[in-house]
Amino acid sequence: MPTTATAASTITVDGRTVPIGQARNLLEVVRASGVDLPTFCYHSELSVHGACRLCVVDVKGRGVMASCSTPPEAGMEVVTRTEPLRRMRRTSVELLLAAHNPEGPSCDRAAACELQDVARKVGVERVRFKPMGRDLPLDRTSAAVHRDPSKCILCGDCVRMCAEVQGVSALDFAHRGAATTVQPAFGRGLGEVDCVGCGQCARVCPTAALIPAPEIEPAWKLLTAPSTTAVAQIAPAVRVAIGERFGLPAGAETTGRMVAALRRLGFAKVYDTTFTADLTVWEEGAEFVRRLRSSDEGPLPLMTSCCPAWVKWVEQFRPDALPNLSSCRSPQGMFGGLARRLLPKALGIEAKDLAVVSIMPCTAKKAEAAREELRSEGRREIDHVLTTEELARMIDGAGIRLGDLEPEPFDQPFGMKTGAGLLFGASGGVAEAVLRYADAVLGDGSRRDAVWEEVRGPGALRVATATIGGRTIRVGVVSGLRNAGQVLDDVKAGRLALDIIEVMACPGGCVNGAGQPRPARGAVDSRTAAIHRADRCEHRQNSADNEEVGKLYKNTLGEPGSHTSHELLHTTYRPRRRIDDLDLLLTAGEPGGKLLTTVCLGTSCHLRGSQGVLRGLLDAVDAKGWGAQVDVRATFCLEQCASGPNCKIGKEVLTATTVDKAVAEIGAQLAARPQG
Amino acid sequence: MSTCACPTQPATAAHRFQRVGAIIERHQRKPERLIPILQEVQEEYRYLPREVLSFVATALDLSPAKVFGVATFYAHFALEPKGRTVVRVCDGTACHVKDSMPIFDAIRGHLKLAAGQHTSADMEWTLEKVSCLGACGLAPVVVIGEQVHGQLAPGMVPALLDAVARPATGSAA
Ligand code: SF4
Ligand code: FES
Repeated sequence: MPTTATAASTITVDGRTVPIGQARNLLEVVRASGVDLPTFCYHSELSVHGACRLCVVDVKGRGVMASCSTPPEAGMEVVTRTEPLRRMRRTSVELLLAAHNPEGPSCDRAAACELQDVARKVGVERVRFKPMGRDLPLDRTSAAVHRDPSKCILCGDCVRMCAEVQGVSALDFAHRGAATTVQPAFGRGLGEVDCVGCGQCARVCPTAALIPAPEIEPAWKLLTAPSTTAVAQIAPAVRVAIGERFGLPAGAETTGRMVAALRRLGFAKVYDTTFTADLTVWEEGAEFVRRLRSSDEGPLPLMTSCCPAWVKWVEQFRPDALPNLSSCRSPQGMFGGLARRLLPKALGIEAKDLAVVSIMPCTAKKAEAAREELRSEGRREIDHVLTTEELARMIDGAGIRLGDLEPEPFDQPFGMKTGAGLLFGASGGVAEAVLRYADAVLGDGSRRDAVWEEVRGPGALRVATATIGGRTIRVGVVSGLRNAGQVLDDVKAGRLALDIIEVMACPGGCVNGAGQPRPARGAVDSRTAAIHRADRCEHRQNSADNEEVGKLYKNTLGEPGSHTSHELLHTTYRPRRRIDDLDLLLTAGEPGGKLLTTVCLGTSCHLRGSQGVLRGLLDAVDAKGWGAQVDVRATFCLEQCASGPNCKIGKEVLTATTVDKAVAEIGAQLAARPQG
Repeated sequence: MSTCACPTQPATAAHRFQRVGAIIERHQRKPERLIPILQEVQEEYRYLPREVLSFVATALDLSPAKVFGVATFYAHFALEPKGRTVVRVCDGTACHVKDSMPIFDAIRGHLKLAAGQHTSADMEWTLEKVSCLGACGLAPVVVIGEQVHGQLAPGMVPALLDAVARPATGSAA
């Protein structure tokens, strides 16, 4: 019951009256009042942890409390600066510094280390505690994210990010007391478990315990190798963020200056991934229409495939939905295919001398470029992927002042773009580009260049409808993989009807990617606004109007969905096991000559009743006295999840296995053996 | 020369694993029953094999990292197989001040365990450090198997361990 306002809904912060408003905790009220209390473990999008104790305040009549975990109550009198509070904060930071293996200037985070930054702010002059000197091994198993557990201060931000926003939980606390660490299961590396490489854990890590897998050094090597011709492609979201690293406001327009900087770094050609974003709209649009006309072409809803973290997530967690994923490569992947096919001739160089480097806001793109599917002729199509932050460091390291450069244009033909392609940089953008395209190609054209507000904005799921060829098409937009999982569940259960689903793993889309510079508060919104502005500034707003894309089809590809398109622009997916693990040996036959039978107990097969198969099989092995000839094992995922429960007997893989089927197969294989 | 499948088979790996399935069913696959499930699984195997933990995670729809976190948090759970005889050296305050650590080192030396190695390669011995066994009056205290030994000195270690080893295995190292 809201009673008379004012006093009822305000508190005082350092003597000034402040409204509580929608704040969920005291920290938010204090920050809204203009006092920017430092914190490590508070992120508004995650649950409250209350571990770093930096947000302490003094509440009259109650004493010192952690403001992040205290609900604001009307009439509270809060003080943020007393000598004891200052001392407490300083001590907390000193303890964290002692627990953290400092590396100084060589540290990956040196320039943007929150720990050092906060230490300076709270006035730490020297650390009075003995360093814990934990020397834990580095984890470089993932192509997306590296771990240095010695630098971990156990704030738990990554754990909550991975669980609450991504629904993955690849990282968790392990062990206890002084031995506590944050790590993947069983002490494995991130590349060996179910991590999807989104990098959001690294984005919130206040130190360098989690960082995007570094590729600056090999990139410099390519750029300085005498016979190599290096070309760059730049993703849409990079241009609205890189300026932040050079003192420009978030969302500042830097495209032309960034292109100029890349040429100075030694790139022979600088292309725009936005071109292949437009190309994606043509290919994916055609794919959608094919599926709409005939279910033989693939199921609906069609799910976008531009985000490689999402793709890996589907491969690991929802293999049954793999047929719904568009077979289109991401725009980065499409560029790789085209570059290898067309550039050697166009640039008059030998194929082996072409080096392709991507500049991406993203860590998952690093892992995507390393995928088997993006190799051709025995090499990677994309040699290296640099993050926005890495490019900023290279520009810095070369002594180039971005702000002082004269803007330069992209190289053609892969430099032509439309506003629709640029929209790929923010959540909702792929959907909006596709909706405009569909309206132009199949609809009445009334909204071909329009802003589709329905798919923009912060909601967890946004839905837009369009009428195409007399049919109403429903397009859903979601970001954050946990949200995406919810949407898939709802679709599967029939609670939600959608024809296209756009998914980006990072909350808000690529503008908030883990490869972007560490954003100041509010910067991500400014980047999104900049993407939307940039769309309006382009000459064309519809991918259908990208003339160079049109020419590409005329000269090389034929038409969307053609054989050549499939070769260069599409890819394949497969179920992936969530964890590289050993099999369980269940019965051991006699050494040599035993028939190996492996039953899958992975998630999909488990849900399809594989445990019953295993039980029946073990009973049958006992009953038939096969103990000495048959070796029964369980495994986690045979990577054929769509047709489970799966079982491998000798060299034979049985799908949709029943106990009878498996027993018959074992019997047949044993009978076929030479008697001894 | 195949032997028959004797109805009174010993607990083979397969039967053990069957029981893991039964344990999980008995707890109705409830993720919040993770701790009791792990306890019962450990009774089955004497430790928590990694593959079995993966299986438990799958069955309960929990992430393996979470299950691993719980399994490593409680001192009660063991992630490595334990030897036939477990030797626990008390390092509680009373024992510590009465020099329990030199005893620990003597045992480690006698069992030829490397630093950080808890279980002998032949799976005969596991050496553990524990905090307070509640027998401070006897400090320093060592428990070998079920047997409590008090007021020890490092020199007494070999005889005690050999006495345990001799009756069980004919071939001492
Ligand atoms: S990269 Fe993403 S999926 Fe992997 S551990 Fe970090 S947050 Fe989790
Ligand atoms: S769960 Fe993947 S094949 Fe069984």
